[in-house]
Amino acid sequence: MSGFFAHVDWAEIVQATLDTLVMLGGSLLLTLLIGLPLGVLLFLTGPGGPWRSRVANGALALLVNLLRSVPFIILLIVMIPVTVLLVGTSLGVAGAIPPLVVGAAPFFARLVETALREVDRNTIEAVQAMGATTRDLVFRALLPEALPGIVAGATVTAIALVSFTAMAGVVGAGGLGDLAIRFGYQRFQTDVMLVTVALLLALVQLLQMAGDALVRRFTRT
Amino acid sequence: MIRLENVHKHYAAGRAALAEVDLEIARGEVFGIIGRSGAGKSTLVRLLNGLERPSGGRVLVDGIDLANLDGAGLRALRRRVGMIFQNFGLLSARTVFDNVALPLRIAGADAATIRARVPELLARVGLADYGTRYPAQLSGGQKQRVGIARALATGPDILLCDEATSALDPETTRSTLALIADLNRELGLTIVLITHEMEVVRQVCDRVAVLHAGRLVERGAVADVFLAPGTAETRALLHEDEAAATPIPFDGAVLRLTLRGEAVAAPVLSRIARETGTDVAILDGRVGQFKDERFSQLTLGLSGGDTKAALAALHGLGAVAA
Ligand SMILES: Nc1ncnc2c1ncn2[C@@H]1O[C@H](COP(=O)(O)OP(=O)(O)OP(=O)(O)O)[C@@H](O)[C@H]1O
Ligand SMILES: [Mg+2]
Repeated sequence: MSGFFAHVDWAEIVQATLDTLVMLGGSLLLTLLIGLPLGVLLFLTGPGGPWRSRVANGALALLVNLLRSVPFIILLIVMIPVTVLLVGTSLGVAGAIPPLVVGAAPFFARLVETALREVDRNTIEAVQAMGATTRDLVFRALLPEALPGIVAGATVTAIALVSFTAMAGVVGAGGLGDLAIRFGYQRFQTDVMLVTVALLLALVQLLQMAGDALVRRFTRT
Repeated sequence: MIRLENVHKHYAAGRAALAEVDLEIARGEVFGIIGRSGAGKSTLVRLLNGLERPSGGRVLVDGIDLANLDGAGLRALRRRVGMIFQNFGLLSARTVFDNVALPLRIAGADAATIRARVPELLARVGLADYGTRYPAQLSGGQKQRVGIARALATGPDILLCDEATSALDPETTRSTLALIADLNRELGLTIVLITHEMEVVRQVCDRVAVLHAGRLVERGAVADVFLAPGTAETRALLHEDEAAATPIPFDGAVLRLTLRGEAVAAPVLSRIARETGTDVAILDGRVGQFKDERFSQLTLGLSGGDTKAALAALHGLGAVAA
């Protein structure tokens, strides 16, 4: 073994990259699917929303704030019994996805809520004044109008998930972050650290660029 | 057509936004509601399509008490009541075509109906070639025309306009008001027009109500309110208080003559001056046009000659001391 990349086992890097991508893809998909309706509900029950209700909004906000205030590393451990119940194991890529989703969905929900609040009040009233149901309002006006903001929020969430996946190494989830921690940090194999960080950086860059391109595509102002 | 009975509206905190409002708006008329910022104009107009519910009193549209409508009933009513806004309220992510089609889609119209009806509506507001544009690519006046086309899509018989021209320049305001007046004439639309500008009321409204601090302080035919305002609040809206604050010094009798309709064209001043030998100075005045009547209102100073006879002649024409 010689040269700068002496410690790098490329097969392991490929495996770790795949693990990260699967964790990211799986958790991102579920995060969007859960966070989007949660964000819409936060908006609809909020002040000025068509379903305004201090009780419902307060309960949702409490849940979201609770999940967001628990450090992810604690969430990983606390969630273990639930994770086992959901996916049969608390280990590996599958075991990492439930805590990732629980950690990221409330975050994304808040970003969705914020994007919906940006929609012009006059526009919302105009659509209500047409005789729209709340369902019409959400699907024909709110979501299309807020789409650029929601896509930007999804991008931020995806990137946050990338760093969450690194911590998921703690439950033996594998992935690039795990590799960086186990070899690069704990065993001082700087080359492994560099390669994994470079790959993570590339992933983050790609996500940001894709997100920005989509935002531009959906923006009409 | 529209009736408000002793309507009150309180928001969570603070004084009432509306108090003891009684109002009746007839079918087919253009009714102006004027007041300064915070008077409660938007609150009032939003009661008429149930965007806001009164804290007390009744709001009736075509004899139906809005409080008795369930969700579906209220949505059905809203299809008969179009609304346009100061900031247009267009969907920025949708084309002009899709914006105008939206109320039809919400009402469950089929694709063929929409394909036929939307171009018709766009042509009506003079935007036939703009269907594929996005709102960001339009001027303010064009955006408001899209707003009007959209408000007309479901064939309403009432149109609510909340400061619809306040974001537009004077020229665009005039053309937009002309369009609104045309719609009133051609479609028999009942129009409720909210504004803080007396000029807007003067151009298109048949009747007007003055709202001040949540209360209706004056109402009547536009010409009557405009030419003979009965309250300090109305005079302030007409900027008459400014004129009163700086009277022109004149040594002689000062009086105000108001002429309406045909009388505007009669050469009364020169005739009176000639017959009585009195000199007539014009100290202040305004001339112009209401929706369907011309007017002139002059503040006159009389001196010399047979002033008594001149005064008598002018009083005979309805002039009053000023
Ligand atoms: N949603 C609301 N919650 C609390 N107070 C409100 C709300 N909407 C309006 N108000 C208050 O009610 C009063 C009347 O407001 P409104 O918007 O009807 O006035 P307006 O005549 O339309 O004013 P403007 O010319 O500025 O549009 C104001 O004092 C305002 O602060
Ligand atoms: Mg207003």
